[in-house]
Parts: sequence; C-alpha cells; structure tokens
Amino acid sequence: MNLLWLALSIIGAILGLLLSAKAQDQGMMIHGMIFAAAAVLAAYALISRHYGAAKSVITETGGVNYNTDIVKAGVIASTFWGIVGFLVGVVIAFQLAFPVLNLDLQWTSFGRLRPLHTSAVIFAFGGNILLATSFHVVQRTCRARLAGDISPWFVFWGYQLFIVLAATGYVLGITQSKEYAEPEWYVDLWLTAVWVVYLLVFLATLWKRQEKHIYVANWFYLAFIVTVAMLHIVNNLSMPVSLTGAKSYSLFAGVQDALTQWWYGHNAVGFFLTAGFLGIMYYFIPKRVNRPVYSYRLSIIHFWALIFLYIWAGPHHLHYTALPDWSQTLGMTFSIMLWMPSWGGMINGLMTLSGAWDKLRTDPVVRFLVTSVAFYGMSTFEGPLMSIKAVNALSHYTDWTIGHVHSGALGWVAYVSFGALYFLVPVLWNRKSLYSDKLVNLHFWVSTIGILLYITAMWVSGILQGLMWRAYDAFGFLEYSFSESVEAMYPFYVIRALGGVLFLVGSLIMAYNLWKTARGDVRQSETNNLVVNAEYAVGS
Amino acid sequence: MSFHDASVFAQTYGLVYLFVLFLIVVAYALWPRNKDKFDHAANIPLKEGDDVQN
Amino acid sequence: MISHKTIEKNSILMLVLTLVVVSIGGLIEIAPLFYLESTIEKVKGMRPYSPLELAGRNIYIREGCYNCHSQMVRPLRDEAERYGHYSLAAESMYDHPFQWGSKRTGPDLARVGGRYSDEWHVTHMKNPRDVVPESIMPGYSFLAETELNVPDIAGDLIANRRVGVPYTDEMIAAAEQDLRTQVNPDADEVDDFLARYPKAQVRDFDGDPSKVSELDAMIAYLQMLGTLVDFASYDAEAGKR
Repeated sequence: MNLLWLALSIIGAILGLLLSAKAQDQGMMIHGMIFAAAAVLAAYALISRHYGAAKSVITETGGVNYNTDIVKAGVIASTFWGIVGFLVGVVIAFQLAFPVLNLDLQWTSFGRLRPLHTSAVIFAFGGNILLATSFHVVQRTCRARLAGDISPWFVFWGYQLFIVLAATGYVLGITQSKEYAEPEWYVDLWLTAVWVVYLLVFLATLWKRQEKHIYVANWFYLAFIVTVAMLHIVNNLSMPVSLTGAKSYSLFAGVQDALTQWWYGHNAVGFFLTAGFLGIMYYFIPKRVNRPVYSYRLSIIHFWALIFLYIWAGPHHLHYTALPDWSQTLGMTFSIMLWMPSWGGMINGLMTLSGAWDKLRTDPVVRFLVTSVAFYGMSTFEGPLMSIKAVNALSHYTDWTIGHVHSGALGWVAYVSFGALYFLVPVLWNRKSLYSDKLVNLHFWVSTIGILLYITAMWVSGILQGLMWRAYDAFGFLEYSFSESVEAMYPFYVIRALGGVLFLVGSLIMAYNLWKTARGDVRQSETNNLVVNAEYAVGS
Repeated sequence: MSFHDASVFAQTYGLVYLFVLFLIVVAYALWPRNKDKFDHAANIPLKEGDDVQN
Repeated sequence: MISHKTIEKNSILMLVLTLVVVSIGGLIEIAPLFYLESTIEKVKGMRPYSPLELAGRNIYIREGCYNCHSQMVRPLRDEAERYGHYSLAAESMYDHPFQWGSKRTGPDLARVGGRYSDEWHVTHMKNPRDVVPESIMPGYSFLAETELNVPDIAGDLIANRRVGVPYTDEMIAAAEQDLRTQVNPDADEVDDFLARYPKAQVRDFDGDPSKVSELDAMIAYLQMLGTLVDFASYDAEAGKR
C-alpha cells in the first residue's frame, strides 16, 4: 500500500513537471511546479516514514487507539488559515474605505483578493475545522480508530495543496468567476480526488464502528461530504481550452449557468457552512455541558427537513433576474420553510443546556458554543426574510447581504469552530485545562463587539444604499447618482473594517492561548479556577 | 416535454413528494418502538470512556 | 451483535437516501430550464463575442470585476431609469460563464456599452478618481501597458463551440486575424469581420495604435455590453416567464 502511494507521488511529480514545461500560460507553469514540489515532498515523507522506526506513541482512550495526530494537524491548520483569512478580510475591508490600498497592482486589487478572503475563510479555515472535527467525532462516536493509515494524511495534505493552488491562482488571476467555486478545472479535479478519499475514509470508519447506531453528528457530516461532492462536480463542469492551460469555459451558459451556480452557492452555505457545522454542534455542545442533546427525535427531523429543504433555496439569489418567475417563487417558498427546521435545530442546541445554564457563566467555551447557536438562529431568521421578493428588491446587490453572510459566518460558523478548538486542544494534547479561561473570555468579548460593529454597519449601509438607489425627487427623477451612494458608504466601510480588526485580534488571542495550552502551560493567576478537561488522563 | 410541462410537473408532484417525505421522517422519529434506540444514541458522545456495550 | 454487513449497509443506505433527497430537489428545479427554446426569449441581434470582445471578457473575469459589478438589470422602475431596459435571458445565452454578479459596490454594467467615450474609459481605468472623484474602484493602469497575450484565440473559440456557442469554421479560421482587425479600422478585412460579427465596433479603443493592449480588449468588451439586442422588435408579452 505504501508502495502504491509512493508510486502515485512520483507520477504526480512527473506530471507536475510536464505541465510546467508545456504550460500555455504563466499560471499553469507555476501551478505545475507547486504540484511537482508537493509530490516530491510527499514521496520524501513516505520514505522517511517507512524507515523511521519510531512509531508514534499509542494513546488509548476507552480501549481504542484513536488517531489524534490527524486531528491535531487539522486544528493547527484551521487556526493558521483562519488568521490568514481574517487578515485578508481586514485588508479588503480597508480597500473599500481607502481605495489607494489597492496599490494599483494586479496582484493586490480588490477583485483578486476578495475570492482569496472568501476561499480562505470558507474552505481553508472552515474546511480544516470540518476535517479535524469530523475525524475526531467519527472516531469517538464509533469507538473505532480512523480507517486507513496514509489515506487520512492524503486527505489532509491534499486539501492543503488545494488551498495553496486556489489561493495562488486568485492572486495570479486564475478564476472561473463563479463565487465560492473560483478555482479552475485542474484544481477542481484535484479537489474531487481528495474528496472521494475523504468520503471513503469517513465511510470506512463508520463500517468499523462498535456502536450499533450512527450518532446524528455523523449524519450531518456524511450529508455534508456527499452533497458537497455532488455540488462541486456539477457546478464545475467545464471545457478547458487546452490540457496544458489554466483557462476553461463553463459547460452551461447564461440563465442555466446562473441557476446551477446559485444552486451550488446556496448549498455551499447549506451543506458546507451549515450541515457540517451542525455536526460540530451536535457533538461538542453535549460534550462540553455533559448532557445528551435535548431531543434526539428533533435532531432526526432537523436533519431530514434541513437537507430536503435547503437544496431548493438557491433561486432566491436570482430574484427579479431573467430566471423564470416560477423558479424564483419556488426558491422563495422553500427559503421561508427552511426557517422551521433551522429554528428546530437552534432550540435543540440551546435546550441541551437546560439544567446547566450556570455553565454559560462559569465556562467561557460554553459561551462561545451557545452564542454561535444564537447567531445561527438570528441569521436563519434573517435569511428567509431576505428571500421574500419584496424585501429582496431592496436588499439584493447591497451590503445588507454582506452583513447577513457575516452574521452567519462570524457569529455561527466561526464561533462554533472556536468553541470546538478550545475544547479539542486540551483533549488532543492531554492537558488538564486551557492555558487561560480569562483569555477565552477576552477573545469572546473583543470578537463579539467586532461582529456587532460589522453587522450593524452593514445593515445601515445596505438599507441606505437600497433606499438611495430607488429614491425619487419632487420632479419624478432619480434623486441620487450612483457615485453619491458610494460616497455615503464611507463611514460604514470604516466601521466595518474596525469590526474586522477586532475579530482578527480576537483570533490572535485564541491562537496564543491554544499554543500555550498545547505546550502544557497554565496561567499562574488562574491555576485554581480553570475549567477542567474531563478527558484528562493522568500519566499518559 | 416542453418547458411548461416540466414546470407543471415540478410544481405538482414536487409538492406531493416533499409532503410524503416529511410524513415518513416524522413517523420514523416519533415511532414509539424507536424510542429506546434514540435514547441510547443520544448518550453516545457522553460515555466514550466506558467499555463498549451493544 | 449485528453483523458487519448490515452495519455497512446502514451507512450506505444513509448516503444513498441523502443523495436521492438532495438530487431530486436539484433536478426538479434546474432540469426544466434546459428546455431551452422556451426559457430564452426569441430576440433579434444576439451573436457570439468577437475574438477581441471575448479576450476582453476574459480579462474582466480575470480581474474579478464581477465581485463589484452586476450585469443584470431587474425589472424595477428605478433600475430601468438608471440602467435601461431590464436584462433578458437571451442576452447572456452565449455567456460561459454568466456574469450576472451578486453585488453592486459599483454600478450595473449590463448596458454600459456606448454610455461613455473610449477616452473616458481609458482615463477611468488608469485612475477612476480622475473622472469619478467618489469612486472606490482600484486603478488598472497595467492594462494599458500590457500587450494582449492570447496564446491561442482559435482554441478559445473552439472550446466555446464545444459547449454550444455557434462559432463557424470560418470564424475559427479567422480568429487570430479578427483579433487584430477590430482595432484597425483601415484594415482590408474589416468588411469580412463585420459580416461575421454584425454591430461589432472597429477602432483603436485605447488610443495607442502601437500595440493591441489588454485595455483595447477590455474597452471593446465594455463598449459592446447590452448593445446587441434590437428592442424595437422585442415582444415583452411573448417573452414573459
């Protein structure tokens, strides 16, 4: 098996060099070299692993030798990429307030950096969190070691390579222009290969399970993996100009392409940023408060209702466009219905704390987890509201959408991830507690103020924009030129950028705290007050 | 099949399909015989340290 | 103990059920759109992009213009007055991929063609604040300085034909030449070019005849946006969906 992987990496290196040598454009040349370098590194790692006799220490928990190294890697990667993604977000937020920061260079302009930000936070930060937590949760709830030896590492490093190829591509101007699906055809193919192995590793671990029942968190993870595969493949169907060039033309055109893209785009939210993270909620909240989920029956209804309603909601991104009216109405109807399972899930998460509400006060990690669910509830209420055509006529194309996305992304996705990270690091590195709970608390407040600044600024600027665009003067003419509406945005863009800075600072505080925790340090002034890691095992 | 036929099909049978699907899920979740199974499942994350019992 | 086989079956069953549920939703919603004839209105004037326009469009995509500019005018009173006639599905029938966008940090561009002079665009691209003081758009001065480098424009046309754009053999054979003809109104081939791409605009867009720059391609694309459809002959009632 090792030989097969070695052979594959040698083939990969040759293929990368060939692509680089025959490349039609600069982008493909650089990407060929990156691919070849990654393949050589992989071959080197495989060989040194084979000869390095020292096997990693076996850490047994409850009689199972869990693979914790892969989860640790995911935790480190997501913390790193999170900071990168937030930083790029802050940069582009300032670019909108102060355009001189675009530097008028092609590599640093907003148009190229914005996909870098969205991909870094969604796929690099979010994706690595999902890899790490899904690998942790599936092992623990199945009481089985993760299937495969090298395959999980292929998934992890293959995914990092995908991130590097996507990110360098954006800066070089390689893009399909489909939002959240910008990478070109060859990077898409690579991700498909990685994703198939991910699915197999996950399934094979389920097959090894010693528990009869598959815990509901795994349902959400499985739905996330399978549906994202389907969405990714269909939305990225395209015709390359040349097999040695980066450029391709999408298979679909115009209205069909638009609906396919937003069917993908909305379900990237639904299955990547919601279903996957609900898997996190359904494991980490019960774990941290040490209570079973409020209603397991509700979680089953939540699961099926969510996946069968979400898949229809895409057309609400295309209200009043050239998409046929009935599709728009269909998308709106399902978006409104989606409110119900979303709030069902929120209630299920929040009520898990019933009888343990004091933990909200005593455990700052619980505060992150619970606040994330509250934000989930808020943005899944705002979403259906904005999908109503009359509201959408005002909100679409404005900053309101950006505010909505960030209340979900910062408040829900990032907060539930932070909660999971704070939970995981002491468990994985077998520490008695975090380095400091007070720093968790500080992180919480700094970033919460950041989020509030962000979303309130975007509400005001979005609604203001929408109203200015449709305002008429006494003579029946449009009252404002477009540039006047741009000018009016300035103070809100500054406030938004400052909110982003606070959020970034919070994540740096977290990184410091996690690093100290992993090293085994404990903040002296807090030694006796820290929330204890329930899984801490003395002597191992 | 024309665009019209396709959209009418989607708007009628689509509704029936969804409703039936919903009923099946609710029945499965609330079926009394499944209660023990779900109670057990809900506790899976909380007893990782214990010996495995099936 | 339950046998290994049924356990495996359960997770596969879960996977299959999930796939069935999510794919039926997508199919019912998206599939009808592929009954093309009736989804896209019958209009006069649509034609594939000329090689130079296509090259400009690819630069538009490369620079991520879609992040801030939509190309989709909605049928709302203020938009009609600000941008012009609402966009038709037919107007993006040859757009692989579509460029409708999702955000208007800058104005909609679906009908920007012919609104401003080439000189305005040249100045605006170099430094947007020279013509619109409130603008927050990045400057794209490098476009004027960079020679248009399309290694194989015929290959681009062929790839488009493979996904359904009606480029003829003649268009593909002449692609390389057409790319240059469109910036040179004195060329002998202009008439042939215009026969292939009716309504195409032929002139030196960036005001620098020494080379075909990326800015030439970009302005050629911007100046044709929304100019093809003949609205005098468009029947709005028949086009209703």
